[in-house]
Amino acid sequence: MSDLWFGVLNAFRLILSFDADLYEIILRSLHVTVTAVIVASAIGLPLGAWLAVNRFRFRRLTIAFLNAMMGLPPVVVGLIVYILFSRSGPLGVFGLLFTPTAMIIAQVIIIMPLIASIAHQAIRDLWADYHDLLISLNTTKRQRMITLIWDARRSLLTASLAGFGRGIGEVGAIMIVGGNIDHVTRVLTSAIALETGKGDFALALGLGFVLIALAIAVNIIIHRLSKTERAGQW
Amino acid sequence: MTLAYKLLFFIMILSFSWPAQADNMRMAVTTSFHNSGLSDILLPEIQKGIGVEVQLIVVGTGQALKLGRAGDVDAILVHSKSAEEVFVSDGYGTHRREIMYNDFVIVGPTNDPARVAAATNVVEALKAIEETRSVFVSRGDDSGTHRKELSLWKLSGFEANKFSPAWYRAGGSGMGSTLNTASGMNAYVMSDRASWLKFKNKGELRLLFSGDPVLFNQYAYLPVSPKLHPHVKNDLAIKLENWLTGPHAQSLIAGYKISGETLFMPNAKPR
Amino acid sequence: MVIPSILPVSINKVSVRKRGKSILNDISLDLDAVGFTIVMGPNGSGKTTLLRLMHGLQRPSDGMVSWNCTHDIARTRQTFVFQTPVMMRRSVRDNIAYPLRLAGLKAAETNKQASYWAAKVGIEARLGLDAMYLSGGERQKLALARALITQPEVIFLDEPTTNLDGKSTREIETILKDASKNGARIIMTTHDIGQAKRLASEIVFLNKGKVSEHSAAKTFFDNAQSAAAQAYLKGDIIE
Ligand SMILES: Nc1ncnc2c1ncn2[C@@H]1O[C@H](COP(=O)(O)OP(=O)(O)OP(=O)(O)O)[C@@H](O)[C@H]1O
Ligand SMILES: [Mg+2]
Repeated sequence: MSDLWFGVLNAFRLILSFDADLYEIILRSLHVTVTAVIVASAIGLPLGAWLAVNRFRFRRLTIAFLNAMMGLPPVVVGLIVYILFSRSGPLGVFGLLFTPTAMIIAQVIIIMPLIASIAHQAIRDLWADYHDLLISLNTTKRQRMITLIWDARRSLLTASLAGFGRGIGEVGAIMIVGGNIDHVTRVLTSAIALETGKGDFALALGLGFVLIALAIAVNIIIHRLSKTERAGQW
Repeated sequence: MTLAYKLLFFIMILSFSWPAQADNMRMAVTTSFHNSGLSDILLPEIQKGIGVEVQLIVVGTGQALKLGRAGDVDAILVHSKSAEEVFVSDGYGTHRREIMYNDFVIVGPTNDPARVAAATNVVEALKAIEETRSVFVSRGDDSGTHRKELSLWKLSGFEANKFSPAWYRAGGSGMGSTLNTASGMNAYVMSDRASWLKFKNKGELRLLFSGDPVLFNQYAYLPVSPKLHPHVKNDLAIKLENWLTGPHAQSLIAGYKISGETLFMPNAKPR
Repeated sequence: MVIPSILPVSINKVSVRKRGKSILNDISLDLDAVGFTIVMGPNGSGKTTLLRLMHGLQRPSDGMVSWNCTHDIARTRQTFVFQTPVMMRRSVRDNIAYPLRLAGLKAAETNKQASYWAAKVGIEARLGLDAMYLSGGERQKLALARALITQPEVIFLDEPTTNLDGKSTREIETILKDASKNGARIIMTTHDIGQAKRLASEIVFLNKGKVSEHSAAKTFFDNAQSAAAQAYLKGDIIE
């Protein structure tokens, strides 16, 4: 129990000390995960909409596959990305291993199925509402997807935020493809793993609480911004 | 595939906002070396001395060798002589250069049910643990430390992989996690001295046995072959080797202490 | 250039079955190019299904529906006001303007037209509000405005005034009469006999998935032929 208290105290101490290294790590965590969320949303949201409005032969299978991908262990994703981007792998020439870019790619793969799946569910429900109207108005598939994505934007924001949550707390993949290099690829989660390895639970917990605070702050800020944008309550 | 490449390009552009360093190289090092804290002393000095930013990838010896073989790092600093020699003879490394050594210690519960503290050498100590079936946590991760531990069991006349999991627990993780496990189970464990001294979650554990020359642990530096991997920064790797084996680095290593104890003995031979 | 009319429409021996239940049963019906058709009949008699069938939202199990053009073109020149209006998650203005936005019109133009039609159905005060806050009657007015904004050739309306008060009902009826005068072909359902008398030029009476009567409004109300229609008009329960 006392370890927990030390963790909380440590978190405050860390934040208030304005330690440059800590802020660098926080910024890098945000940079990696926010970029990954943007890219994963750019793929996942239209994919979710597409799956909702299209009927095709392997639709059920595709959705089942997507749902299964949500449970994919990040370590496996990390390993696959590592093998692809290793100098002796097929994409080795880009020299991306152990860079933030590799971490972003791994996170996109981890987050995208989650975003697509939640988006698909939200859009499928809205599509059930809109179906008759949009068919009656002779919309093209493209117009349907755009309309549904726009009108479901609040639920889709939740999908993206869920992706952010999974990404910011993820450690297995980014450790492998990022290498946890100090000042280059070290992020909050890999720093926590490192300190835990050193048996420094107080510091590890402190960083853990910083991570939680960061995740909460991002969620609050995003919700604030999206509320002020329109008065509605969708 | 073109879409995938476009995406990749997009991600690269997004992530280039992050500042890139000029003269840097990557070195895979073992957890035990990094946990000792010696790297925190050496890295800034390297930057000052030869202007090279060394990026450390901290992994087990097995993975470090693998990173070297794949050409994902420019040099490795590990401690598993036979594996290192294979690495060089297979052409993955240009050569092997000894830098320093440290030693392993046996740590265990304060009440010491196997009476390891009374042993006169490591074989006696391990035999006592086996005889009393006292819980022992092994790294079990194919690291240099793990390989060393297996060789010590062999030296004592045992095949560690035949031990009952009832008392011999192979963890499969780094030194720190293994120490955490041992601390939680109040078990015996073999650790490098540095990791043990730096470890903050000792609990009921204490150092019971050390000093047998068999426990000495040689660290060697191996630049990755530029013939096999033309992209590696061999010039920087050589620069770093010269610095590590030079008088300044060697005296920094000799002078590095935790709680008054010297951790590493420099033993690089001038060429 | 004279654009040929999509009318008349002809329903030829159509049946609709769902989950083993026969909803429309071997219906044949021809609707002329002009007129104001009101479909009547008890609950569950198949009125909604018939309108959806004509609009192409419901596929026939047997038989066929033919317009004076292909089905794809037919629907582009029709509009449908649903029994339960679909409220898009947008403001009232954006809901009404939506069909024009689809056509690629500029926001300034679509907003102007949306304001005009909102005023016409009497919800101009609600333009900026999210549509989800509208009352049941206001929702029907919104759906009507959204249908009229494209100035379609054929307008299907499924009980468009069910939730409206007397004054609003009259206002909507006036709008529909105007539209009809301006050449729109209106096909709608209602349970309001007075309304049918005020608006219809002809009546289609459905009972248990069959057309039991199709006649001019005057004939139907003065001299209904089928027993079911007579009972319905009297307010009796039809078995
Ligand atoms: N998808 C469906 N599956 C099964 N039955 C259906 C389905 N759609 C409609 N029905 C049934 O078909 C019958 C006719 O439905 P329809 O909506 O056309 O009636 P209606 O004449 O419009 O009735 P109301 O006056 O209540 O609006 C009803 O009994 C309804 O329950
Ligand atoms: Mg109906």
